Amino acid sequence: MPWERLYNWSRKRSLWPLFSGLACCAIEMICAAAARFDQARFGMDIVRPSPRQADLMIVSGTVTKKMAPQIVRLYNQMAEPKYVIAMGACAISGGPFKEGYNVVSGVDQLIPVDVYVPGCPPRPEALYNAFLALHARWDRETIRGLRWYQKGADEGIPEPALGPDLVDWRLADKIAQKRSE
Amino acid sequence: MVGWGILKSLSVTLGRFVMTYVDDLKWFFKGGFGKRYSPAALAVRQSPKGRGIFTVQYPKERLPLPENYRTFPFQVLDPQTGKTRCTACGTCARVCPPQCIWIVRATNPKTGRPAREPAEFHVDVSICMSCGLCAEFCPADALKMDHAYEITADQRDGAFLWGLERLAKPLAYHAEIHPTDYAAEQAARERKGARKKK
Amino acid sequence: MPEQVQPSQQTAGALSTLEARFPGAVQPAEYEGLVIAPDRLVEVATCLRDELGYTYLSCVTGVDYPAPTARFPARLEAVYHLFRATGGPLTLHVHAERDGLGVPSLAGVWPAANVHERETWDMLGIRFEGHPDLRRILLWEGFAGHPLRKDWHEPYYEADHKPFASRYPKGHPLRAEERTPLSCNLQYPPDWSPEGWESGAEVPVYARMDEYAAGDWRSMRTTDQIVINLGPQHPSTHGILRLVARLDGETIQQLEPVLGYLHRCHEKIGERNTWLGNVPYTDRLDYVCSMSNNFGYATAVEKLLGVEVPERAEYIRVIMAELTRVMNHLVAIGFFTNDIGVYLTAMLYALQERELIVDLFEMASGSRMMCNYFRFGGVARDLPEGFLPLAKELVYERIPRRVDELERFLVDNEVFRARTIGVGVLPPAKAIAYGCTGPLLRASGVPYDVRRVEPYSIYDTFDWDVVVRYNGDVYDRFMVRFEEMRQSLRVLRQALERLPDGPILAGKKQADVKVPAGEVYGRVESPKGELGFYLVSNGGTNPYRYRIRTPSFANLGVLGELCRGHLVADVVAILASIDVTLGEVDR
Repeated sequence: MPWERLYNWSRKRSLWPLFSGLACCAIEMICAAAARFDQARFGMDIVRPSPRQADLMIVSGTVTKKMAPQIVRLYNQMAEPKYVIAMGACAISGGPFKEGYNVVSGVDQLIPVDVYVPGCPPRPEALYNAFLALHARWDRETIRGLRWYQKGADEGIPEPALGPDLVDWRLADKIAQKRSE
Repeated sequence: MVGWGILKSLSVTLGRFVMTYVDDLKWFFKGGFGKRYSPAALAVRQSPKGRGIFTVQYPKERLPLPENYRTFPFQVLDPQTGKTRCTACGTCARVCPPQCIWIVRATNPKTGRPAREPAEFHVDVSICMSCGLCAEFCPADALKMDHAYEITADQRDGAFLWGLERLAKPLAYHAEIHPTDYAAEQAARERKGARKKK
Repeated sequence: MPEQVQPSQQTAGALSTLEARFPGAVQPAEYEGLVIAPDRLVEVATCLRDELGYTYLSCVTGVDYPAPTARFPARLEAVYHLFRATGGPLTLHVHAERDGLGVPSLAGVWPAANVHERETWDMLGIRFEGHPDLRRILLWEGFAGHPLRKDWHEPYYEADHKPFASRYPKGHPLRAEERTPLSCNLQYPPDWSPEGWESGAEVPVYARMDEYAAGDWRSMRTTDQIVINLGPQHPSTHGILRLVARLDGETIQQLEPVLGYLHRCHEKIGERNTWLGNVPYTDRLDYVCSMSNNFGYATAVEKLLGVEVPERAEYIRVIMAELTRVMNHLVAIGFFTNDIGVYLTAMLYALQERELIVDLFEMASGSRMMCNYFRFGGVARDLPEGFLPLAKELVYERIPRRVDELERFLVDNEVFRARTIGVGVLPPAKAIAYGCTGPLLRASGVPYDVRRVEPYSIYDTFDWDVVVRYNGDVYDRFMVRFEEMRQSLRVLRQALERLPDGPILAGKKQADVKVPAGEVYGRVESPKGELGFYLVSNGGTNPYRYRIRTPSFANLGVLGELCRGHLVADVVAILASIDVTLGEVDR
């Protein structure tokens, strides 16, 4: 449909990332925004620290349990349409630090992810490839099919709490079941 | 005079701004609009001599990668045997710091003893830290580090656990991306072959 | 049974003085240093600081010995590393009990001990009696257990040491999520239930803020003071650091950093890794300067191995380390200008030069950032063909010009001067007492540079100066960085001229390295300060204790003091001038 093409075209040309650099991949993300791999060519030079004004959250770096409530809160505060790119091995699955006691093994345990980019850290060009992959996905999407335009408003993801270990409220039933076993 | 320092700063920025256009014009006079985007121009712009715009217009332009560059491991497919050179010695699995290499050693169906090839070889690329220790210590020149970085997926399951089919790449590819390494390898093999003949 | 290790001359000197003053309280330790009785610790420490000149406490940590060692029973051991104006460390060991007798806190003798003792309590559960604020620093209040104890296992625990047997020869891939009952990296105490439970992790953070409220009220007006959070997600480019500040208007009355948002368990993972397997992990500590971290670790392990590095490898190491220093200072200046509001301009200029240097690293080691280049006894691979001409062009022509340009851009700028001169002044005595190192210390007038006071590698063969400035404010810290870049270029010019031919690795390439039993504190001057590795080996293929003393973690201890009385905007400038990288702070 022509309005969908217009909708998708305008989204592709002005995707504003959230400044959510966590660890080493954040340096490559900054390099992707810097002069050599200028992301202003893609309309993405408006990097917003405030989640209310951002469209894309690039989770670049290890998500630790201490940071998990903040990541979920940031995701909830972003306004739709919102997308998440898991950049780097740590964001995909915990990466080399997977066995750590303070590491969440993949940001998709907390928030839904749209594109995964492996690498430790992925080159800035690999990150651009991820942006292009995201754009390509939009070419296949229809407005009616989008998650946030469906019936039943999105309540937001419950924020995990810090207890004897990270407490993910969505797992509360499972924890109770394992205790009784 | 108050403000002199600020003017000095602005002169630096102005100088750079003007330089980008001066540099562009230089390339234009050399041969038209297209000249600025040629690989030769990219090499100059990306070197210490570059004065103008430093940007690499990805995806239209790509930076050439040095030979030593490492993204993920790949298995070298020997054209003569049609199989990889891997002897399933397990060195890479032992030396990998995050332990993301999984190897099942094959057994010889006739004798039932372990065979010198892998039945299964998996690398979990979502854990791999691209350190290159596996390729560095591989005694059979089987595992080498690849240059391919344009990899994305939209589902985690099944996208990043690479088996032997996905990891195997032909010897010609290895020779293409690692010319010096390949030449040294061939020289070593010839020397070994010559010694064996004697 | 280890033979009687001969104590170093320094330790022997301290031992004789202390034995005379405090008979019965001091004895030689198993490998290195002295064991002090806990009840005399504070007196011994005060004597060491005031009379023997050990004014600089570099690191406080702990080691868990659940089984008796050759000379001492099972214990939790607190370990302190002290330094004088020159020379190596004096190591003190104090024995404590698991869940029992603690150790007196030395935060009153050396304020530097404050953050380190909190971390030791957090990780090992050694209670420091008399510490002003003993709460967890990297994890949160309420976390179950002390992770670095040998009997504490993480949820994804597979075995004590790598390599794991499950990978070969019958290595059917099994994701860690599929092995655990909850399908994720979480474990709870068996008697705990989430029903009706509320998190108390934030309570102690804010409770600290109210403690000082009573004394600081201004008498003229009754205005409220407000507690705000800067971070953990914020526009500054330093990483996820949270600062909790109590403000009176815009003026900071009290500021506390809350750390641990990037705590990636380097030390626990380091104990599981092999010695060689730790090298790529050190890249990820201070992720901007990976070569320096490699250097520190390699230097420390080579002390234990007793291996001598060939000359060409030493030159290559110095070239890489100094290029890293130039790159780090450029990035520090660029990020600083980004944070104070120049936004992208100077940051892009600095990052452009960084890209050219990083091209060199990519050519030599294979990766832009995570270089994994150093090995025990040398470097991993030789410099490729195009490296030297490119390096020479950068070092002789390009970088000096760009450093001059960046200086012209910033130094006389009235706005820059107004924001930085007189802000965050750190007096030299306080800097030493808080264990600050690096440009932060040298800008306060203390000419302490590890490359000069305890030379490692071949730094004593080059002609270079230690850069010192005397005002101790933010402006001076940046001037020190500009000058240090010039000194690094000076060293680079000499190294590139004199680079000899020869082997790049002592002996053969080895994957399974066995390090003889012992302990060592090896340190290097990383661009941010003193980076030290305290390694304890029991003769095996994996470290027994792998402790990283990072400059950013120690330097952050002084942030609260520096920011008191300044405006919120100055906090950003002060934090940028300390130049922290969160990967290093939280490990």
